[in-house]
Amino acid sequence: MTSPLEQKKIKIAGPSIVTANRTWDGIVVYRTAAKSWSADLSEAAIVRNSDEAKALLAESVADDVGAIGPYIAPVQVGADGKIEPGNLREQIRRTGVTIGQSAQV
Amino acid sequence: MYAYDEIDRTLVNERVSEFRDQVRRRLSGELTEDEFKILRLQNGVYLQLHAYMFRVAIPYGTLATNQLRALAHVARKYDRGYGHFTTRQNIQFNWIKLAELPDALEDLAKVGIHAMQTSGNNMRNVTSDQWAGVAPGEIEDPRIWSELIRQHTTLHPEFSFLPRKFKIAITASDHDRAAIKIHDIGLRLIKNEKGETGFEVLVGGGLGRTPFIAKTIKHFVHGRDILSYIEAILRVYNQYGRRDNIYKARIKILVHELGIEKFSREVEEEWQHIRNSSLQIDDEVIEDIRSRFSYPPYEKLPHMPDELRQAAADPDFEAWRKNSVSPHKNQGYAIVTISLKPIGAPPGDATAEQMDALADLADKYSFGEIRVGHEQNLALPHVAKRHLPALWKALDKLGLATPNVNLITDIIACPGLDYCSLANARSIPIAQELTRRFANHELANLIGRLHINISGCINACGHHHVGHIGILGVEKNGEEVYQITIGGRADENAVLGNLIGPGVKFDEVADVVEDIVEAYLALRERPEELFMDTVKRLGVEPFKERVYATR
Ligand code: HEM
Ligand code: SF4
Repeated sequence: MTSPLEQKKIKIAGPSIVTANRTWDGIVVYRTAAKSWSADLSEAAIVRNSDEAKALLAESVADDVGAIGPYIAPVQVGADGKIEPGNLREQIRRTGVTIGQSAQV
Repeated sequence: MYAYDEIDRTLVNERVSEFRDQVRRRLSGELTEDEFKILRLQNGVYLQLHAYMFRVAIPYGTLATNQLRALAHVARKYDRGYGHFTTRQNIQFNWIKLAELPDALEDLAKVGIHAMQTSGNNMRNVTSDQWAGVAPGEIEDPRIWSELIRQHTTLHPEFSFLPRKFKIAITASDHDRAAIKIHDIGLRLIKNEKGETGFEVLVGGGLGRTPFIAKTIKHFVHGRDILSYIEAILRVYNQYGRRDNIYKARIKILVHELGIEKFSREVEEEWQHIRNSSLQIDDEVIEDIRSRFSYPPYEKLPHMPDELRQAAADPDFEAWRKNSVSPHKNQGYAIVTISLKPIGAPPGDATAEQMDALADLADKYSFGEIRVGHEQNLALPHVAKRHLPALWKALDKLGLATPNVNLITDIIACPGLDYCSLANARSIPIAQELTRRFANHELANLIGRLHINISGCINACGHHHVGHIGILGVEKNGEEVYQITIGGRADENAVLGNLIGPGVKFDEVADVVEDIVEAYLALRERPEELFMDTVKRLGVEPFKERVYATR
């Protein structure tokens, strides 16, 4: 998973979303079509071409008080419209660490 | 233990109120993230995958029990009930809320703990041997000098905006437990012919994308000149260091590009200008720092107390004692390493309950002192040998008596893709699987000393280059792939490991390590020949054959 923090050129290969971390507590959030942030991936706005992606990212970057470090991430959209993370990194951000740790709440 | 003076306490408290104000302005939108980032990094706050991460310094790895309890309190109140001890005598909390960080910092400040020098392009926490002050044969307590350098460099403008982060480690023993050869500056405390204290100075070590083992720049620098000498190195670095390219900005690149001879000539010239300045250290300054380190009132105790003799009949106790208990400079005492590597668990994690309970044990058995080492384990530095059996029982109840110190399951691993936003691949699950594969203590013991180090990307936080077996996670076509090296080491004979061949998939890593270990067991000439000695004798080839013959 090449770190998306090195994202420079915006080029998307399939359906994508914008994700970031909420400023006050750091939790993972997704940009919604209603121009706000949600912790629920199913509420994320889906973009399907580079122009849409650029616009969504620009709008997200501008909302700097709401969330930090926004970037574009791939998703898979099922036939039923269900959104799933498009890579392992985003899977881990969504469902948490994979290490089944006892100390983890 | 070290007692901070008023200046330090004021400084730490001022930092907390300053940061509280900065956080307030950030949350209200007065500060943008761009403006705030450098401020939060100066206070140890990173952004990770799931949340903010908060890194707290444990200077030269020495903790008092009230400090360990404060860390437990932070884990419980502001985080998810655990903390992660790192390879640089720091602890990280993985789930801290920005809005609560000023409170966490304030709670820590009450016991003299802070997060200065844990991130950013400045002089980082000066690390030292976790056995400092208690190791037999040590020249003198290296923490005195760590503290001197800490005082001199904390918030010093010249050291706060370096081309890149800068790390110093100090050892005072023949056996290097502080990994000084992989630091920007490594200091080895020695005595000259006249019996005066000074340092062999090494420079330009570091891992990451371009790994280098540090080279000796000067065989002896007198103790009174050490600040001016370090300053001379930093001035040359500040002058030539590559601020334009983050990948070339570390001093190791400069030393490599100029060559150690030219680099040392430049440093020497700079040093001659400043060595007789106010940077020369008066004996009183050292004596003052020395007097702030207190040592326990040791008793005169027998070398072999009855309690120990009796406990020796219990094979479980003996297994633990052999791996976890080390000689102390005072007769009748021992240094006890606490393994934070239970089978199947993430290396270096400790729960708030474990930290609290360990603080109680340290009060009872170790004069209220705990140490943090670079292997992601803890230690109790002053345990009377007659207490070892009772201590062992108590540790065992807490899950802190895994008898695997320095064995194959004592793995160093970075957080990797489970936590880290820079990661390419996971590290912790690899470590967990390996500990399960080698869970059998007889097997681990048969294998003997063997260090596995795992990093989730080329930044090398898990020191994979210097692992006897090193595992580096990379990404290939969206998949986690692991490159495996063997023959590295991080001690006084530090070398970088060699790649054994093409990378392998996540599911195959543990099998490959098993193959390497089986090859070693078959190839070693006698049981005492350690893994790295076999690799040194035979090279990579036989291991490579074994691993790739069937793949
Ligand atoms: C999870 C958050 C972390 C981040 C974002 C992070 C980031 C980095 C980066 C970017 C570097 C390379 C710096 C350079 O070469 O200039 C580095 C080096 C290093 N990190 Fe971390 N790290 C993290 C956690 C850790 C942990 C948990 C440990 C200890 C287990 C650790 C120990 C080190 C060490 C020892 C180095 C120096 C390696 C060298 O000599 O180049 N880091 N880290
Ligand atoms: S080595 Fe890479 S993945 Fe591991 S903690 Fe360091 S930066 Fe993160």
